Amino acid sequence: MQKLLILGAGTGGTMMANHLRSKLDKNEWEMTIVDQEKTHYYQPGFLFLPFDIYKPSQVKKSIKKFIPKGVNLIRSKIDRIDADNNKVTLEGGDVLDYDLLIIATGAHIAPQEIEGMLGSGWHKDVFDFYTYKGSKALRDKLREWEGGKLVVHIAEMPIKCPVAPLEFAFLSDSYFKHKGMRDKVDITYVTPMSGAFTKPKASNALQYLLDEKGINIVGDFNIEKVDNEAKKIVDYGGKEVEYDLLVTVPTNMGSEVIERSGLGDDLNFIPTNKGSLQSKAHENIFVIGDASNLPASKAGSVAHFEAEILEENILRYIKGEPLKEKFDGHANCFIETGNGKALLIDFNYTHEPVEGTFPLPGVGPLRLLQESRMNHMGKLAFRWIYWNMLLKGISIPFVSATMSEAGKHFEEVES
Amino acid sequence: MLKQIANIEINVNDEGYLTDFSQWNKDVAMEIAKEEGVELTDEHWKVIDYIQEQYRNEVPLSIRKVGKSGVVSIKDFYRLFPDGPLKKATKIAGVPKPVSCI
Ligand SMILES: Cc1cc2nc3c(=O)[nH]c(=O)nc-3n(C[C@H](O)[C@H](O)[C@H](O)COP(=O)(O)OP(=O)(O)OC[C@H]3O[C@@H](n4cnc5c(N)ncnc54)[C@H](O)[C@@H]3O)c2cc1C
Repeated sequence: MQKLLILGAGTGGTMMANHLRSKLDKNEWEMTIVDQEKTHYYQPGFLFLPFDIYKPSQVKKSIKKFIPKGVNLIRSKIDRIDADNNKVTLEGGDVLDYDLLIIATGAHIAPQEIEGMLGSGWHKDVFDFYTYKGSKALRDKLREWEGGKLVVHIAEMPIKCPVAPLEFAFLSDSYFKHKGMRDKVDITYVTPMSGAFTKPKASNALQYLLDEKGINIVGDFNIEKVDNEAKKIVDYGGKEVEYDLLVTVPTNMGSEVIERSGLGDDLNFIPTNKGSLQSKAHENIFVIGDASNLPASKAGSVAHFEAEILEENILRYIKGEPLKEKFDGHANCFIETGNGKALLIDFNYTHEPVEGTFPLPGVGPLRLLQESRMNHMGKLAFRWIYWNMLLKGISIPFVSATMSEAGKHFEEVES
Repeated sequence: MLKQIANIEINVNDEGYLTDFSQWNKDVAMEIAKEEGVELTDEHWKVIDYIQEQYRNEVPLSIRKVGKSGVVSIKDFYRLFPDGPLKKATKIAGVPKPVSCI
């Protein structure tokens, strides 16, 4: 009996368990998946929870519900991967050996990386919304906040779903408008990049949103510390931004297990072949989702596209056939722009976000890079699709893993 | 776009970043540095070497990586290339400006 082990039962791990259980012979392959949590969180929902658009119950379900029969689910923290001996040690000391390993341990926030971020203001006037806890605490804060300087901040790149902080700023604008207190709130977006949009196409198409919503931008801000007493963030060059309420996306890092196992880069992301999803250091280790160091967006939609290609490559690997270097970095994401509208972008390793339509070439229904109500409905529908199709490994009609060029107006990314 | 730098024609994009790394040389670097208000010292050259090596190895650059490289601390990186050190240093080193998603 051969053993396939999956580490992490989040978006990527769960999809792979579903994809592969039906493809691998039960008499030949034993499958096991390990996660420290019992709850599967719908992380895209953490954007909506603070604004009371989603209820907590809409963003969490039990992990068990999504793991297919015939796959052993172990709830435990993973302590270490011993890649040279094909073994994984769990926190309690149990050892699991494997023939094939899929790492899907994701990325999480590391506020301890920034001086003062976990200081006296943490979850009082300094919040994250990238965790369930942070997002819910922020909801409670916003319900009673009386206004002042709201600073939405990104510590450093890469982060999961890189547009989420901008969406947060847009949704704040509508939230405070609806509460009749927009005039009491000053919204500033602080980013380590040169601006809110750094690619020229997106910048030209989307700058008006910032103007229209009265959102101030502070770019090229590399945070050195949070000063909890003076309520300001300070960058290495000496720039300062004051806040009454700081909503920050701290440094995102891969799991500590990757660091302990010596498998990651300086942010604990695993060096991975960007076309085949095989780890660079070990041929029987594959990586899906946020855990890899691929230069693609860290997003659920990306993990979904990767899953199809990874399934194929794992089957090829087992048969001893050459792997396909097919993954093109395809990502698409909805950007909530507030007031019940959203826009949709679609891009990959080599193409910039484009204008045009998606997913049906030439007809729509979703317009790229343009605000519409339909796109907002698309974003909300994504939650249903996530729970009912994505995790179960059912492919979404008309959406293919590699980017379709039909119906879109392209411009190559210069490299 | 073509630009006259250090007496030769160099291909640059509209932000002034070299689009062909093979056209880079030390004179080009010094000229771009001058435009950016930076006078290059040994400390600067060490950082430039490091950035170019990362570029050749296709390692994406970040302020954190530079800070952890042992070549220069983040504080000193800012002192050497004031305001947006990564943007300035990459421009002088002749490599593309680090980009983000949108
Ligand atoms: C606020 C926010 C908004 C987002 N919006 C979108 C969006 O609109 N669209 C989109 O496509 N994506 C979005 N994303 C990103 C998306 O949620 C992630 O990219 C996706 O969940 C990544 O899947 P993954 O399997 O790589 O990691 P995860 O789903 O995070 O799973 C990792 C799992 O590994 C487990 N794990 C880690 N370390 C250990 C350990 N040592 N021991 C045991 N278990 C461990 C964790 O418990 C977790 O269950 C958003 C994310 C956030 C935070």
